[in-house]
Amino acid sequence: MSVAKDAALLVGAPRSNVRGKLGRSTVDTDRGELVGQTRPLLAVENLTKHFALKGGLLNRTKAVVQAVDGVSFDVQTGETLGIVGESGCGKSTTARLLMHLIPPDIGSIVFDGLVVGAADGGLSHRELHRQMQMVFQESYASLNPRLPVAMSIAFGPFVHGLAKPAALKRAMELLEAVGLDPMVFANRYPHELSGGQRQRINIARALALEPRLVILDEAVSALDKSVEAQVLNLLVDLKAQFDLTYVFISHDLNVVRYISDRVMVMYLGKVVEIGPVDHLYRDPQHPYTQALLSAMPSMDPRRRTLKAPLTGDPPNPISPPSGCRFRTRCPFAEAVCETASPALLAPPGEELRAVACHMHVPGSGHSRAATMVSP
Amino acid sequence: MADVAVLPADPASAFKRAQQGKSYWRRVWERLRDDKVTLAVIGVLVMLLVMVVFAPWFTVHDPYTGSVLRRLKPVGTPGHWLGTDEVGRDLWARMVFGGRLSLLAGVVPVFLALLIGGFLGVAAGYAGGLVNSAIMRLTDVLYAFPSILLAIAITGILGSGLQNTILALTISFIPPIIRISESLTTQVRHLDFVEAARASGAGPLTIMRYHILNNVLGPILVYATSLISICIILAAGLSFLGLGVTPPSAEWGLMLNNLRQALWVSPLVAALPGVMIFITSMCFNLMSDGLRQAMDVRL
Repeated sequence: MSVAKDAALLVGAPRSNVRGKLGRSTVDTDRGELVGQTRPLLAVENLTKHFALKGGLLNRTKAVVQAVDGVSFDVQTGETLGIVGESGCGKSTTARLLMHLIPPDIGSIVFDGLVVGAADGGLSHRELHRQMQMVFQESYASLNPRLPVAMSIAFGPFVHGLAKPAALKRAMELLEAVGLDPMVFANRYPHELSGGQRQRINIARALALEPRLVILDEAVSALDKSVEAQVLNLLVDLKAQFDLTYVFISHDLNVVRYISDRVMVMYLGKVVEIGPVDHLYRDPQHPYTQALLSAMPSMDPRRRTLKAPLTGDPPNPISPPSGCRFRTRCPFAEAVCETASPALLAPPGEELRAVACHMHVPGSGHSRAATMVSP
Repeated sequence: MADVAVLPADPASAFKRAQQGKSYWRRVWERLRDDKVTLAVIGVLVMLLVMVVFAPWFTVHDPYTGSVLRRLKPVGTPGHWLGTDEVGRDLWARMVFGGRLSLLAGVVPVFLALLIGGFLGVAAGYAGGLVNSAIMRLTDVLYAFPSILLAIAITGILGSGLQNTILALTISFIPPIIRISESLTTQVRHLDFVEAARASGAGPLTIMRYHILNNVLGPILVYATSLISICIILAAGLSFLGLGVTPPSAEWGLMLNNLRQALWVSPLVAALPGVMIFITSMCFNLMSDGLRQAMDVRL
């Protein structure tokens, strides 16, 4: 029947379609050389979003919040990239920029070799939303209180042209996949579910369009610890089951360590360090990452963290410090940190990682730069 | 997907239940059923409506023919059990027929204002930015006048009569409805589920239909029903001031005005149209309260 055909269309079409476009575009563009190597699923280049604070009688721009400033990173197919940082460091803004819920000021997003939003040969935003989905932090606010949860899940496929019965059938399958009995939960309303159940619904909703990349914006942060663990395990299972790639945003360092393959640390809208999770947790290189990791509560009561590694709030992103943005709280700050903004570079001998700190750039003018290199 | 989820043994009934989507209204009805006051009030309003629609069946007298011989008979007079008015017309007949105009002038303006104001308010709330500013600043201009003053001014300019009354009341009720629907829509628009709907690639109209309207319409409707009582009183007030319907039409406010002079002669008769206005508007108020409670999905 047409239902089955629609389902096949939804499941099969987007991927083969994208691949088809790719086959054509890689031949005659300079991206062709990438095909042989591992091309990242998502490549973000110099992503920037400044929010203008307007006010006064004439609605003039009074100040600019540099929420995300020149962020670049790659996400490889099948990996989980964790993004950590304090509140207000631009994690969520980055997620919203990736989903194109807010347009970036400058910067490019390349999804599987296709430039998002490019005029021709690129990936349309509609197509992007099929490939990339997001789970929001607040499980209650991100579900329509007036729709049965099955309808919330079915909405995406329905919007993309699946008939209502077929979309609902798909919602039933997804409820099953996230560990909720469709017979019990399909017709419930969000307020009749617990936080964990609601977040499962949100995950099912994100998976409804068969995306290849899912952004989890603090997806487990609001849950109880025991429920959080269950949902994390569910995420790990789903990743294997559906061949997903995750961008996992959280402020919880333990959770990020558990789920991520690589971790990116953000501070005041900039990336300060990125690297494989084991390397980064074992040997953090940026002073901010070091401080962040030492702020993790110790599991051993005899090794209690007695002194707060960082004090105060991060500086106001409206007028961030000149040079290195972390210098106002950095124990190693020197004159060079005030004048020059450090680039995100791989430290000597470690290609997988990148740090934005003058101490790791030989000849940067920082007194520790030399000593860090020599051993 | 085929290798993933195993469908439940009997998915058909689960689909059906989810597909109907009507169970929200079923729940509202279930809550309403337990609310005896609201049910009684709705019963009274239905009786009133039946009485007004089938007015000739409820009275043997003609509401427009009077007799000088039977002027201002008191309540309980044989043949005229609610008495007669200042020109000897049967009061019960006039009350029944008067309800037609009063209810019309009470309900129609609110309904029209709901259509126009609801549309403008939801549009302003969803569009935001310049559209919002344009609509809301115009609303503020209308808002600056008290609604009765606005209605008096409009009927004063256009002249009295039922059509102009309805027009004036409609215009004076549009601003509050725009306000309510704009603020409700703005609140809902910024919630994460609207973002999530955008993230699934839905266009503005689809989001409006499936995610905004069902969260906004209920409260707007409830607010509008509470306006009906005010509207009836305003319509009666306009008639009372001679700006609404004109004699000899039967209308509760107009009757109150005409019988005013007879207050010392036959106080009970003179007060009766006021009692009808009071009962009707109170019933609409209580009904909107009951509906508000029944429609709150989170209770």
